[in-house]
Amino acid sequence: MAKKPEIKGTAQFLQGNEAVVEAAIAAGCSFFAGYPITPSTEIAEGCAEKLPLVGGAFIQMEDEIASIAAIIGASLAGAKAMTATSGPGFSLMQENLGFAYIAEVPIVITNVMRGGPSTGLPTKVSQSDVMQARWGTHGDYTPIVITPSSVQEVFDLTIHAFNCSEMLNTPVILLLDEILGHMRERIIIPDTEDIKIENRKYPSVPPEFYKPYSNTPSKVSEFVAFGEGYRYNVTGLTHDEFGFPTSVPGEVEQMLTKLRRKIHTHRKEVILYEEEYMEDATYAVISYGTSARAAMSAVRKARAHGVKAGLLKLKTIWPFPGRKVYQIASSVKGILVAEMNMGQMIREVDRYAMGQCKVAGAFRYDGLVIEPDEIYEKLLELRATK
Amino acid sequence: MELEALSPQHDYLRIQKKFPTVWCPGCGIGTVMSAIIRAIHELGINKNNIALISGIGCSSRMPIYVDFNTLHTTHGRALPFATGIKMVRPDMKVIVVSGDGDALAIGGNHFIHACRRNIDISMILINNYIYGMTGGQVSPTTPLNSYAHTAPYGSIDPPFDAVNLASSAGATYVARGTTYHIVQTSKYIKKSLEHKGFSMVEVISQCPVLYGRLNDYKTAVKMLYRQKEQAVMLKAWEKLSPEERVDKYPIGEFVENTDRQEYTKTYAELSKQVREEATNGKD
Ligand code: SF4
Repeated sequence: MAKKPEIKGTAQFLQGNEAVVEAAIAAGCSFFAGYPITPSTEIAEGCAEKLPLVGGAFIQMEDEIASIAAIIGASLAGAKAMTATSGPGFSLMQENLGFAYIAEVPIVITNVMRGGPSTGLPTKVSQSDVMQARWGTHGDYTPIVITPSSVQEVFDLTIHAFNCSEMLNTPVILLLDEILGHMRERIIIPDTEDIKIENRKYPSVPPEFYKPYSNTPSKVSEFVAFGEGYRYNVTGLTHDEFGFPTSVPGEVEQMLTKLRRKIHTHRKEVILYEEEYMEDATYAVISYGTSARAAMSAVRKARAHGVKAGLLKLKTIWPFPGRKVYQIASSVKGILVAEMNMGQMIREVDRYAMGQCKVAGAFRYDGLVIEPDEIYEKLLELRATK
Repeated sequence: MELEALSPQHDYLRIQKKFPTVWCPGCGIGTVMSAIIRAIHELGINKNNIALISGIGCSSRMPIYVDFNTLHTTHGRALPFATGIKMVRPDMKVIVVSGDGDALAIGGNHFIHACRRNIDISMILINNYIYGMTGGQVSPTTPLNSYAHTAPYGSIDPPFDAVNLASSAGATYVARGTTYHIVQTSKYIKKSLEHKGFSMVEVISQCPVLYGRLNDYKTAVKMLYRQKEQAVMLKAWEKLSPEERVDKYPIGEFVENTDRQEYTKTYAELSKQVREEATNGKD
């Protein structure tokens, strides 16, 4: 992978949660609705303070169900909107998250992961919402889930999250973890003109020809806010291109296919990852979020001890970069998946490795951060197994 | 005959697209829909400037038929969706249509908090004492001892009084009407649309197909007569003894409070003030 160019901008020393706020505002977010929950609360607090200063609005709702409902309403009224939560609140949001998928409403949900199930480990780190972010709400849909691993990436990928949601009229989930949310690092906030911002596509037709869910070749419909003279219907029921409920089989199938295809048609723009030392690697570590930092150290240590290890760091975990994983599996002897849960992402890695190489996991789920040495030891074990 | 010539109502309906409605013959929801339209028409509000939001249930199908910016959300959640719209577009008229199950059971928490904030939303709560869409189950307003498919031996759950609930939670315009007294009810709806703050108009409506059938009011006409017998104007109600009040309920305007400032106005003022302080360098 090409070396990243130097970023110009202003240096700041920020917490991950603070970087979410800064980036959201830079991306054009002007509405936040939320409910306090550890370890994400600083995002709500930051938005409460900063949004009125930029002409936006903040509201603390009565629960997480209402919070996500309010941001969907705000987005339909024309604002870029976000909420932030953690596991238990994310569970409550699943209902209206499904609404945003089917009604194709751009919103960003930040989930700063903590241990679960239930109240679990409020103040400790975990990455156990990987599968909930994929499958949490009922029905068939294709989510976009983004996993930064440093405060700089939190900033950059929050912008990416807003851009994907606006480009594709869909909710985007930004998955942080407790460590990333609370850790402070020096980051560069790029100059405004260097930040690429995407906005939803305004209709190219007058109201009488407008179809809010038109089945375009790119599968992305033009999207105009309420109150602009285009009076249309939005529903959580399966609907036709006008947004009216339908249960006609052909229309139902077309709507569901569109939801999937609009993401897959744009997967190249959505899916981001980084490879380190992969050119000649015989063992690959696949990781994401805070775990990817420990994985990077483990890979360096392995290299220092003569093991040709490499790292695939996922910045977009859903849609899953399956082709990349398939290709890696065809060129290495083994893949180690490092994550802070009992093994969630490894299922997807295994599916795409298709038996071409050994696959093992380095898991930690006791509330402490996974350490480079644990990953290194697992890598040696993997190398030793037949 | 040209459709437009039928009635001014047709200007506000998606008559060419989505009719007939899902509602049963004799249902009161259509009557409430036309009362809402009449109020909007009389006030001359631009259709582009109206957002009509609902949750789930028979009454929550209304957005599909009216020609506004319409949003048919999840069960009980219309108010928080509407709150988001109103925060971003305080200039828009935001109307929520809800049923008794939607507003008072699954959406009860959102209901009291919307009242508390006094955000400028007109909520029309169509109360027919039953879950219609799912086939006739007991609701939070089903009268004691009434029958429903989940109360086959009569309901033992005391019902909510939506007017008292809204009033004590802080709504600043609260009224109750019925589909029998629809002209009067349309006036309350009109006042709620003019009111700056959270308003709630409860409309007692008939569901002849489920509530009526299960409780011995087999026709819409019988149910409307029942409303006529039971509903008492607030002034007359105040003079009734406890014994005389049995099996009756008051209708009219219960709260009309213009002293409390509306939520989005307060937020706009606060926001302006913090911006000014920031530019003047104070903190
Ligand atoms: S079930 Fe009852 S409330 Fe529902 S449409 Fe029929 S009559 Fe109306």
